[in-house]
Amino acid sequence: MADILIIGAGVTGCAVARVLSRYEANITVIDRGADIAEGASKANSGIVHAGFDAKPGTLKAKLNVDGAKMYPALCEELGVPYSQPGALVIGFTEEDRATLENLVRQAELNDVPGCRLVEREEILKMEPNTNPEVLCALYAPTSGLTSPYEMTFALADHAAVNGVKFELGEEVQGVAKGSDGKWHVTTSKGERVCDILVNCAGVGSANIHNMMNSETLQIIDRRGQYYLMDRMAKLPFTMTMFQCPTKMGKGVLVSPTVHGNLLLGPSAEDIPDELDTSTTADGLKFVLDKSRLTWPQASPRGTITNFSGIRAHEAKGDFVIGAVKDQENAYETVGIESPGLSAAPAIGEMLGTQIAEEMGLAKKAEIVPAIKRRKPFHEMNTEERAAAVAENPLYGNLVCRCEVVTEAEIRDAIRRPVGATTIDGVKRRTRAGMGRCQGGFCSPRVAEILCEELGISMLEVTKCGGESKLLVSSIHDAMKKEGC
Amino acid sequence: MNKRLVDVLVIGAGPAGLAAAIAAKEDGIDNLLVLEREHNPGGILRQCIHNGFGLHRFKEELTGPEYAQRDIDKAKEMGIEIQTDTTVLSVDGENHLVTCVSSKHGVELIEAKSIILAMGCRERPRGALGTPGTRCAGIYSAGTAQKFVNLEGYMPGKRVVILGSGDIGLIMARRMTLQGAKVLACVELMPFSSGLNRNIVQCLNDYDIPLYLSHTVVDIKGRERLTGVTVAKVDANRQPIPGSEIEFDCDTLLLSVGLIPENELSEGAGVKLSPLTSGAEVDDVLQTNIPGVFACGNVLHVHDLVDHVSNESFKAGHAAAAYAKGLLERGETIAVRDGDGVRGTVPQFIRKGVSEEVDLMFRPSGVFRGATCIVTCGDKEIARKKAMIFTPGEMAVVKLKPEIVAALDGPVTVKIERS
Ligand SMILES: Cc1cc2nc3c(=O)[nH]c(=O)nc-3n(C[C@H](O)[C@H](O)[C@H](O)COP(=O)(O)OP(=O)(O)OC[C@H]3O[C@@H](n4cnc5c(N)ncnc54)[C@H](O)[C@@H]3O)c2cc1C
Ligand SMILES: Cc1cc2nc3c(=O)[nH]c(=O)nc-3n(C[C@H](O)[C@H](O)[C@H](O)COP(=O)(O)OP(=O)(O)OC[C@H]3O[C@@H](n4cnc5c(N)ncnc54)[C@H](O)[C@@H]3O)c2cc1C
Repeated sequence: MADILIIGAGVTGCAVARVLSRYEANITVIDRGADIAEGASKANSGIVHAGFDAKPGTLKAKLNVDGAKMYPALCEELGVPYSQPGALVIGFTEEDRATLENLVRQAELNDVPGCRLVEREEILKMEPNTNPEVLCALYAPTSGLTSPYEMTFALADHAAVNGVKFELGEEVQGVAKGSDGKWHVTTSKGERVCDILVNCAGVGSANIHNMMNSETLQIIDRRGQYYLMDRMAKLPFTMTMFQCPTKMGKGVLVSPTVHGNLLLGPSAEDIPDELDTSTTADGLKFVLDKSRLTWPQASPRGTITNFSGIRAHEAKGDFVIGAVKDQENAYETVGIESPGLSAAPAIGEMLGTQIAEEMGLAKKAEIVPAIKRRKPFHEMNTEERAAAVAENPLYGNLVCRCEVVTEAEIRDAIRRPVGATTIDGVKRRTRAGMGRCQGGFCSPRVAEILCEELGISMLEVTKCGGESKLLVSSIHDAMKKEGC
Repeated sequence: MNKRLVDVLVIGAGPAGLAAAIAAKEDGIDNLLVLEREHNPGGILRQCIHNGFGLHRFKEELTGPEYAQRDIDKAKEMGIEIQTDTTVLSVDGENHLVTCVSSKHGVELIEAKSIILAMGCRERPRGALGTPGTRCAGIYSAGTAQKFVNLEGYMPGKRVVILGSGDIGLIMARRMTLQGAKVLACVELMPFSSGLNRNIVQCLNDYDIPLYLSHTVVDIKGRERLTGVTVAKVDANRQPIPGSEIEFDCDTLLLSVGLIPENELSEGAGVKLSPLTSGAEVDDVLQTNIPGVFACGNVLHVHDLVDHVSNESFKAGHAAAAYAKGLLERGETIAVRDGDGVRGTVPQFIRKGVSEEVDLMFRPSGVFRGATCIVTCGDKEIARKKAMIFTPGEMAVVKLKPEIVAALDGPVTVKIERS
């Protein structure tokens, strides 16, 4: 059986792995992060774009539209939250109107259903909190929302139950074809040898491409910063509110998230360090100022957190997907910036199938067709909750009060096929610590449960792997040493 | 699903809930239930192992756990039922129906004649501040650090900067120092501390920990674990002044930047909240806008002295007992308003025509030295209180005598006048 190594456990790598898991092969996914989805796939807008934005004829356009069509059924199959509130792209000037008219034409060419231009009166009827100076807008009824990291976890879990192995905290540093015709991959932990290499390394993908090919690619690291607001009694918008796109991207949006928070952002700044996901005073100010154009009342009040993600922008602009030129047994996805999340299911099918066909992989006789996830306690009604506790008493122990997450769910997140090993891992899988107190109350208890499940000590618990330890010493041990 | 009927239901077994339950029981309420999410009653006091509690109520200096234990013992002695490990999930205010869950009893429905909200408060996290920088490990709210150190026995770091001068932060400055950590600075945005003066003296000054007033943290560094923070001076509009930056090399940032009453349940129940206190609006017996629903302790407004919490909560307990017996009339009320220098006076209303003593509690909106708090009703002055200092860090209390309360005929205003 062929050994396949996929570099990068973001939504792209996991989507490819899931498709390949239907075939006979030994598949391993490695990532330098301590968890899957530690790159762009955890920090983006979470919009399943309708597909009007990408230039007709590009891979971005095709895969966005194909991917978006797959989302509703895939989310149902994998138990990932999804909704389709629609979107408005708003314009304020005649110049904007021309841009929007062009988007409507693109929508037709890209085969995006239902897009049309709407005027001020209709906009204010649809979304009364829109800046009243708005002139016109593109209305896209099929624009959707999802939870990007939950999608990535679910794709990974599904791949894992069908045999894919995940190796985390391991960085690829070099790639070379050996005299044995196999790929020899140097990593932070040693050497890995495989028959087929698949590079889905996000911001790191051009580096890895350039190790294999003299026709180099270049990734520009383009950071986007956000404000995430607390859930409120009534969100100011039900749809995703875009502004007219510019050459730096889709601009700042104001949108509900699939979980009912409000998201403002992202900024767009080219930065020198592909790992620098810090936020800056200037970046946050930019987001707030721009948001006010859409929503004059925007203010930092009610902020739960700020975060940022980094787009892997390929200098030529389009996705680069397929076999690595002039190399055998090597495939890649490079420059998977937005709409990469929307496109991921389609990228997975396209590249996964291409690899299977070209490499002559045989279909497995049987696979686990879907993974069904249990409804979160938070979303259950009283009867469902009563039934859940009756079946598993750990549902009766509430750990995260803000997001209403129980001990049963936290243990389950750690026991999942690709389970959580860190505080952040538990947070993204369960929402424990994502609410308004940001883990102040529940993190000590989550840490204890991680210790029990993983057989580690409190001093080994990390926020997100590596040196991100929560605690530095035990007072009792220190006292024992001093003979108290 | 089980459904239980009780006369008085108390949510939360911190000092507020315990005092309220004791008062209700004293008034002859036997069908009384206290629900507590944690495994032990006592609330936040369980982790406050320093002393300084109870000076007013018991006339001695107790630690937090000792203070709580007195009420726990008393409640036990009186036969009050406290069901721990049980989280209230929702309160239906109109029907007085509470849904709670525990691993032992599953989901339970409880219908209560009176409900007392005593859920305490939570700390404001980093996100609420919008401080830029990385999102690494090593940033804790002071109360979380206190829980790690005092209840779990672990140190969260070795070199510490504290942002905010709230009491928990000050207490933790001393605690971490005693435990061998180096506390480099306590940084406060405002030109004054938000903590009790005695804590500034006993927790910072005594350990030579510098307090930087009118300063804030403007950058947080460190990819995995915190490696440092940048502190800058702020101008009169609280904006950082370029060029005033100081770099601190630290592995821990503790936040003590405010407490927020925990009112999700109250909001869900339809209780009207005050934007100033973030707690319920109540009358002089702590009754909310929903008849038979009362609030007391930190869920009502953030206190700095537990003695005041207990006092307030006794009152709520007695009133809840009276309501359960059908003895609490809900007639007309008189509004209490904030005047100059005053923020968030509790109670917001006083029942008309009752002759009972009323404590008006509020936070001064700034620092006033040698000033006087004056309470008026129309043109008439009805109470005054002089103080060496009024500061936002210390809740002020002014008493209205029963005969004064009985004679109120219009809105009451509380203000601070500089002399
Ligand atoms: C601010 C922002 C907003 C966005 N909004 C949207 C949106 O609303 N809708 C949408 O469809 N798309 C959006 N996107 C795009 C979308 O997030 C990405 O296209 C998608 O997440 C890319 O997934 P990926 O798996 O290719 O990359 P990543 O998720 O970045 O995964 C790549 C992985 O490779 C690993 N890696 C890199 N180098 C190495 C190495 N040398 N060794 C080992 N591992 C390595 C990284 O750790 C990482 O986990 C947005 C992106 C950003 C940044
Ligand atoms: C660090 C710190 C230092 C302090 N220092 C002093 C001092 O030196 N001197 C002094 O006099 N005072 C001090 N105080 C103040 C005093 O301790 C508090 O004001 C007092 O504990 C508040 O009591 P409470 O009952 O309102 O809230 P809490 O003590 O917070 O109790 C609330 C209880 O309700 C429970 N609860 C909440 N929601 C639910 C639910 N949904 N279902 C079931 N149960 C629920 C909680 O688990 C908790 O046990 C300090 C406070 C702190 C935090």
